[in-house]
Amino acid sequence: MTTVYAVAAVLLVSAATLAVGAVGLRISRTTSDFYVASRTVGPVVNASAISGEYLSAASFLGVAGLVLLRGADMLWYPVGWTAGYLLLLVFVAAPLRRSRAYTLPDFAEFRLESLVARRVASGLVVLIGVLYLVPQFQGAGLTLRTLTGSPTWVGELIVAVVVLLNVVAGGMRSITIAQAFQYWIKLWALLIPLALLVMHWQHDRHDGAAAGRLDVRAWIEPMQRDHSGYLTYSLILATFLGTMGLPHVVVRFYTNRDGRAARRTTLSVLAMLSVFYLLPTLYGVLGRVYAPDLISSGRTDSVVLALPGRVLGGLSGDLLTALLGAGAFAAFLSTSSGLVMSVGGVIGQDLRSRRFGGVAAFRIAASGSALVTLLATVLTSGLAVAHAVELAFAVAASTFCPLLLLGIWWRGLTARGAVAGLLVGGATSVSAVVTVMVGAAPVGWLGAIVGQPALCTVPLSFATMVLASLATRSRLPAHVGRTMVRLHTPEEIELDRGSYHPETSRR
Amino acid sequence: MNDVPPRPAPSERVRVTGPRTRRPRRTSVASEIDAQTEVGEIYMRSLMRTQLRLALGTVLVLASTVGALPLLFATVPWLRTTRLLGVPLPWLVLGAGVYPLLLLLAWSYVRRAEANERSFHDMVGPR
Repeated sequence: MTTVYAVAAVLLVSAATLAVGAVGLRISRTTSDFYVASRTVGPVVNASAISGEYLSAASFLGVAGLVLLRGADMLWYPVGWTAGYLLLLVFVAAPLRRSRAYTLPDFAEFRLESLVARRVASGLVVLIGVLYLVPQFQGAGLTLRTLTGSPTWVGELIVAVVVLLNVVAGGMRSITIAQAFQYWIKLWALLIPLALLVMHWQHDRHDGAAAGRLDVRAWIEPMQRDHSGYLTYSLILATFLGTMGLPHVVVRFYTNRDGRAARRTTLSVLAMLSVFYLLPTLYGVLGRVYAPDLISSGRTDSVVLALPGRVLGGLSGDLLTALLGAGAFAAFLSTSSGLVMSVGGVIGQDLRSRRFGGVAAFRIAASGSALVTLLATVLTSGLAVAHAVELAFAVAASTFCPLLLLGIWWRGLTARGAVAGLLVGGATSVSAVVTVMVGAAPVGWLGAIVGQPALCTVPLSFATMVLASLATRSRLPAHVGRTMVRLHTPEEIELDRGSYHPETSRR
Repeated sequence: MNDVPPRPAPSERVRVTGPRTRRPRRTSVASEIDAQTEVGEIYMRSLMRTQLRLALGTVLVLASTVGALPLLFATVPWLRTTRLLGVPLPWLVLGAGVYPLLLLLAWSYVRRAEANERSFHDMVGPR
């Protein structure tokens, strides 16, 4: 019976996503609607949308699997993914909104006054976007297989089609509402089964069953593995600094009314993520009690979906599994939509100039990126891309984080310095990612560095940007003073902020 | 070693004056910023410095509390094994305790960043 309920739940979430999107379709008319929801979205809806977009398969299924497998040290993932928003808040949120840049390449072009910088940033957005998208599509395939036994391509195709219809038909406005809705689906889909599971666990504990399995020293105590000091700090650096460099997160800031609203939205996002991330840890702990065999069979990622059936069984188990399946699909759909939107937005802007109007260019680019991802998912099905999301954070932290921090807070950043840093940080972190993906990671110290590269590549990228900028000091962007006025002064003060606008600038 | 260069004789103080060509301009801070004069730049730099100091202060608190946890867990063994409310301390801190701190830091940052902007607004004022 699980199959029937699960299929119904997945179809329901997909249909609801499309229906909520269709409401937006009636409103979306102009290019501006498509790209930025015309900035009419309120902070709470916007914060729900950012959280809904951000909480991907890695958060919904992956964290619990990692906790089940490796214990205390893995708690740093949810902590880092939340703390990333604190760093984003204090350094980036308001200035980025005030820059009026819609994408990271817009920001690069505006701040550095260089088309080369724009192109390099565009390339990195596509790279990080695909690195993040492929695991979402793959996760959908694996989830549907766990739930129904269908071949993996079915789930991948469903996600691709729903995302495509939604993005192409409605643009950002429909995506915003659909994603706000998906945050709440995900939260309740984890919370309700968890409440019943924990009640059952408390009952079992009184009977004294299954208590011993938690007392494994290497699992319960942090910092017990080789190189765990390096690995933990590198993970902290990647997640704390990587969040601000994710293309689908940054796009969202343009939909705030002004810089002040951007800060308040970020604060609400922090609150929403803090509530959500209390839950996956408990699933990991319950998995250790009730489903330890998943460790030896290598299927820890399915622990969230497996628990209700094992612990409760019967009709309630089936229904809760279906609910979790719905939540997982909400996670795949929202993150994929956001990524396709932002990658499509970046390519669309570069396509727009000549042959196509803004909306047509966006539609073509977004469909293209969804289809390419589907193709990449099928082609890479043999590779270990499940943890590509974690590595995408390391790449973002080694490229866009220094660009944003130095670009916003240091007048001395030059176009050449920034491009040099983006290339050095990008090349080193991406080669580490590729080494891990093809399974060629060495053992020992080198393996630790390749597996968690941020602690090496982030300082390298910062140093390159600063040194190369100092070496090309004579080529400071001409309007850097005006740029700083735009980035840092509150909007209500009437000042000359320059004329750059992403939708009108010539390129 | 001994030949100290002779000191120049103290010259008489000369008062330098210029003809007053026009009355001192009465300009608002906003137009100084628009014209990117030195005064305008000073205002901009002071705003950026205040906001950056606030941001770095927040990060410093984060680094010395949350950021110190791995070091503490690695060097103080009893922290890894102590239980509070029946839950091992690291799990309680990382699984739940960190989040209220993050929220508190974020809330206090937003409040103070807005206050900084208000005082900048008061200083620059309307045109």
